Amino acid sequence: MTKYTDQGKQDTRSGYGAGMTELGRTNPNVVALCADLVGSLKIETFIKESPERFFQTGIAEANMMGIAAGLTIGGKIPFASTFANFATGRVYDQIRQSIAYSDKNVKICASHAGLTLGEDGATHQILEDIGLMKMLPGMTVINPCDFNQTKAATIAIAEHHGPVYLRFGRPKVANFTPVDQKFEIGKALMLNEGTDVTIIATGHLVWQALLAAESLENQGISAEVINIHTIKPLDDKAILDSVKKTGCVVTAEEHNYLGGLGESVARVLATHHPTPQEFVATQDTFGESGTPEQLMEKYGLNNKAIEAAVLKVLKRK
Amino acid sequence: MPNTQELQDLVVQVRRDILRMVHKVNSGHPGGSLGCTEFLVALYNEVMDLKDGFDMDGIGEDLFFLSNGHISPVFYSVLARRGYFPIEELNTFRLIDSRLQGHPTTHEGLPGVRVASGSLGQGMSVAIGAALAKKLNGDNHLVFSLHGDGELQEGQNWEAIMYAAGNKVDNLIATVDRNGQQIDGATKDVLPLGDVGEKFKVFGWDVLEIENGNDLEQVIAGLNEAKSRTGKGKPVCIVMKTEMGNGVDFMMHTHAWHGKAPSDEQLATALEQNPETLGDY
Repeated sequence: MTKYTDQGKQDTRSGYGAGMTELGRTNPNVVALCADLVGSLKIETFIKESPERFFQTGIAEANMMGIAAGLTIGGKIPFASTFANFATGRVYDQIRQSIAYSDKNVKICASHAGLTLGEDGATHQILEDIGLMKMLPGMTVINPCDFNQTKAATIAIAEHHGPVYLRFGRPKVANFTPVDQKFEIGKALMLNEGTDVTIIATGHLVWQALLAAESLENQGISAEVINIHTIKPLDDKAILDSVKKTGCVVTAEEHNYLGGLGESVARVLATHHPTPQEFVATQDTFGESGTPEQLMEKYGLNNKAIEAAVLKVLKRK
Repeated sequence: MPNTQELQDLVVQVRRDILRMVHKVNSGHPGGSLGCTEFLVALYNEVMDLKDGFDMDGIGEDLFFLSNGHISPVFYSVLARRGYFPIEELNTFRLIDSRLQGHPTTHEGLPGVRVASGSLGQGMSVAIGAALAKKLNGDNHLVFSLHGDGELQEGQNWEAIMYAAGNKVDNLIATVDRNGQQIDGATKDVLPLGDVGEKFKVFGWDVLEIENGNDLEQVIAGLNEAKSRTGKGKPVCIVMKTEMGNGVDFMMHTHAWHGKAPSDEQLATALEQNPETLGDY
C-alpha cells in the first residue's frame, strides 16, 4: 500500500496559525477576530505583523460573529476564530441570520473540535458541530486531517467567496500530507487504492484510517482510503466511484454519528448506489475528561475501531 | 436637499404605504413602523450622505442597519421612495417570490438591504463591523443603526455596546426607538429596561436624547447633533422617544398594533387621517 511518513507530530490548530501568518503577508483584505483565545488559536504572528487587522472581541462570541459579518461590508475577509463549541452551538442563530442567510464572506475557524482536546471534558468537546454547520444553506464545511492540510485549507478558503466552517483540533497528530499539496475545496483525496472496502475518513481519523489499512493489508484485505476534508460540498463522485469498486464502506470521523460525515455519505449512497456502511463515530453521547488517546479508545475512534468496522462491513457485502 | 414640508409630505405618504402594505397581506408590523417613520424619512432624505445606486460594500457613503427588522414596512417604503427599487414593488410585500420578505434580507437581492434582520439583537454587532471596515478603508463616512427598545433585552446588544465603547468605534450612531412597548405589553412590565441612556453612558457611549421622535424637526436636529459628536473617541447613542402607531389615532398609546394589520374599515379610517401626498403606489 502507499506509504505515508509522519513528518513530525503537530497540532492542526498550528496549521491554522501558520496559514493565517501567510494570509497576513499576502492578502491585505484578510482580518482576524478572536474571542479571548489568541494563544489557543495560534494567531500571535498574524497579530504581531498586522495589529490593525486584528479584532479582540473578548468573551463575547455572538458579538464576534456579528462584527465579522459587518466587516465583509467594505470588502474585508474576516476569519473569526474560537473553540468549536463556542464557534457553532453557542452562536448558531448569529451565524444563521447575520452570516449564512445574509450571504456574508465570513470564515468561521474552530479549534478544539471533537473529543481530542482531552481533559477539559464535555463542556468543551463539541461532537455536533459538523451537523449544525452543514445544515446551513450555503455553508461550506471543512475538516482537514493534519498540520499541512489545515494550513493549506486556511489559505484556500480566503480565495473562496462565501461562508466557510473550518474545523480543527488541539492534539499533536501525525503530519503526513505533502507540504506543497494544493487544497481544493470539495475535492476528495485518494490516499490508497484498494479493492475490498472503502474507508472514508475526515480530520484526525484520516491517519487512523491509514494505520487500519496497513493492518488490514497484513490480513489480506485491500482497503481503499479516501481523505474527505470537505464534508460540504461532498465529493459524491469520488465516493460513488470507490464503492462501485469495493462494494462496502466505513466512514470515520471525530463527531456524533448523527449529523456527521457518515450520514452525508449514507445519503449519497442511498440515493445513487445503496451500499453496506458502518459508522466510526461517537454514538449520540457527550464526551468526558481524559487524555486524547484514552478518549479515542473509549469512544471507538481509533485505528482499531476502524479495523473492527471494516471486518463487520465485509460480512455484509 | 428637500425642505421640511416636502419631508413631511413624504412622512404621510410613507405612513399610507405602511398601512396599505400590511392591510393587503393581513400581516406585518405597523405599530413600530409608524413610530419610526419620521426617523427613517429624515435619515435617508436629509441626514445620510448617500451615493446613487446600491452596492453592498457601500464605500464612500453612509450606511444604515435596521436591527429591529420587523419594522420592514417603513424600511421598504423609505428605500423605494429614495429610489433603491421601484415603488410598485411595495405591492409584493410578504407575497411568494417577492424580494420584500416579511423581515429584510439580502438573500433576494433587494437593493438597500445589507444584512438580514428579524431575529433580534444582532444589528449592532453588524453595524460595528461595518464601522470598523470603514476605518480600515480610510472611509470617513458614518454608520447608523436602529434598534427597538425591547430588543435591548437580547444579551448580544450588551456585548456590542461594551465592544464599541472599549474600542472607540466613534463612527457609529446607534438609535434606540424608545417607544416603551413590546409584543406582550409595556417594556416596564415585560422586562424593565431602566434608564436606557444612563446604561449606554456608563458603558462609555456619548448619549443624546430626541424627546419627540415623531417631530421631524427634532429628529433632524438630533441626528445632526449626533453627527457632530462622531470622531471624538466614543460611539454615539440616540435615545429617541416615539409613539408606536404614530399618525393613526386608534393605533397609538397601545402595544396592540405591534404585529397586527388593520381591517378594511380601520384602513379607511387610518388613510383618512393621512391623505395622499406624493401618490400611492
